[in-house]
Amino acid sequence: MNPQTPAPTRLRARGVHLGYGEHTVVDGVDLDVPTGRVTVIVGANGSGKSTLLRGLGRLMRPTRGSVELDGVDLYRRPPREVARVLGLLPQHPIAPEGITVAALVARGRHPHRGAFRRWDSTDADAVATALARTDLAELADRRVEELSGGQRQRVWVAMALAQEPELLLLDEPTTYLDLAHQVDLLDLLAELNAERGTTVVMVLHELALAARYADHLVVLHRGRVLRAGPPGEVLDAACLAEAFGLEARVLEDPVSGTPLVVPIGRRRVRIGSPY
Amino acid sequence: MSVVAIAPLRLPARVLRRTAVHAGLVAAVLAVGCLALMLGDYRLTVGQVLGALVGDPGPAHFVVVELRAPRWVLGVLVGLAFGVSGALFQTSLRNPLASPDVLGVSQGASAAAVATLLVGGASGWAMTAAAAGGGVLVGVLLYAVAWKQGTTGQRFVLSGIGVAYLAGSVVGYLLTRSDVRDAQAALTWMTGSLGQSSWQLVQVLGPVLLVLLPLAALLARGLDLLQLGDDRAASLGRRPEVVRGGAVLLGVLLASAATAAAGPVAFVAFAAAPIARRLLGDGTPGLAASGLVGVVLVTASDVVAQHLLPVDVPVGIVTGALGAPVLIWLLARRRTS
Repeated sequence: MNPQTPAPTRLRARGVHLGYGEHTVVDGVDLDVPTGRVTVIVGANGSGKSTLLRGLGRLMRPTRGSVELDGVDLYRRPPREVARVLGLLPQHPIAPEGITVAALVARGRHPHRGAFRRWDSTDADAVATALARTDLAELADRRVEELSGGQRQRVWVAMALAQEPELLLLDEPTTYLDLAHQVDLLDLLAELNAERGTTVVMVLHELALAARYADHLVVLHRGRVLRAGPPGEVLDAACLAEAFGLEARVLEDPVSGTPLVVPIGRRRVRIGSPY
Repeated sequence: MSVVAIAPLRLPARVLRRTAVHAGLVAAVLAVGCLALMLGDYRLTVGQVLGALVGDPGPAHFVVVELRAPRWVLGVLVGLAFGVSGALFQTSLRNPLASPDVLGVSQGASAAAVATLLVGGASGWAMTAAAAGGGVLVGVLLYAVAWKQGTTGQRFVLSGIGVAYLAGSVVGYLLTRSDVRDAQAALTWMTGSLGQSSWQLVQVLGPVLLVLLPLAALLARGLDLLQLGDDRAASLGRRPEVVRGGAVLLGVLLASAATAAAGPVAFVAFAAAPIARRLLGDGTPGLAASGLVGVVLVTASDVVAQHLLPVDVPVGIVTGALGAPVLIWLLARRRTS
């Protein structure tokens, strides 16, 4: 994939303002989500990352501006129709007590089923594929509460896969996972993007992983887009200083060649180093 | 009623369990019904009861069809209404404490009914209508107080407890200011009793449920998604506020209708859904199963209250005695998990 060619966009934010009551969190964001790519949104705590993602996913109505899917305002389309194209995995979904992995993943089929349409082989296939992709086929009959944190997160991703969205939004999908499971989950999403062409938009905290997995990196600062583009062009010392108030060196990740952020704190800096 | 949202995937064991639970509950309802029609001053055999039901003339016919059947059928309707109402509240607000009897809907109905009886001097149908009105009024009040965008179950429960106390103090005031005999009648009604059962009452409550229960069934799939959290439900294409609003509205109407007919039969709405969900064990809202558990609770308790206790007591005393341990069990389990 050549990041130089401008990718077409299906999901677009135009002058979007989002807030809770009087408090504005996202303050006029324009964003074209490149289709078929992985977009990662980063920013300091309170910069409006999750709120922007909620706006993009039709969970929050913009107070000003609009979010368009295929050129039509998200709020001018019925929610179920949007849900067939656009999936969102929120930060804290709830698993009903006693539910099994397969039953929970099957809930993802909801947008594809009419009010009285019965479960059919299309639904069963989608669920089976989602379980297989996330290595959960063996655990299909287990109760979700019996699983480990990493497995549980895979269940939620599997449910999002069963929904078969063309665009998938994820709010900090790697929270509470150890590093190995974080990489594992991001690999899974990268595979999904590469093999099915699913457009992925996610909020991440960990900058090294964000830079590695993003085709398109969006840095938010105080509810506005500070920079957007390929990670190599976006993440530099000046950007980090402004967005995070962090003095840092940006090296090249020896594994992926993407930017690797090395923070310079006040303590623990090696004697004799230039910092 | 069971619009089962999700056909489980190659899980015959779960389907089997679901079917078995529903079949078992229906069997329990019928068994209790048989007992209810047999027991009394004039004891009948199963054969006599069945004979009377299919239309054999004779003394058994009058006892079964005119005296005992209305009471049992009313118990069935009241149990269904309370059971489904509790499930609607608890699932849509995602809080096991959020049942109509905790939220003050039953208390509001009581306050209105008692006021009609003690202040207005009216009883019977006027009291029934007032109870329904009082329950709905509390529902509206709760909406107004607790309804904010993204309203949480917690907020509803806290507001509801406040409303319940308010209604309780209205009842207390009225009782202390009224004649002893009137107060006695009011108290019996407030305990929850099937004593005023008649075919006329069944003919009122029956059609009401015939309208409300299918509407509740239509909400089943939405409730199923609401359990995953508002955000996940919304991102699967369901408007969480619409589902929750509909569920609470139907829950208020069902609880008010049942309270109007039999008084606030304690703990049935509260305990039915947790018991049903425990039996099903598959994480579904279990509206139908909750209704059936409600029926078993009310009708079995009434059999106990009428025939197995040394004195004839209102059914609400027995359901209250059974429900309290359920409440403690639920709270204890919640803390440990």
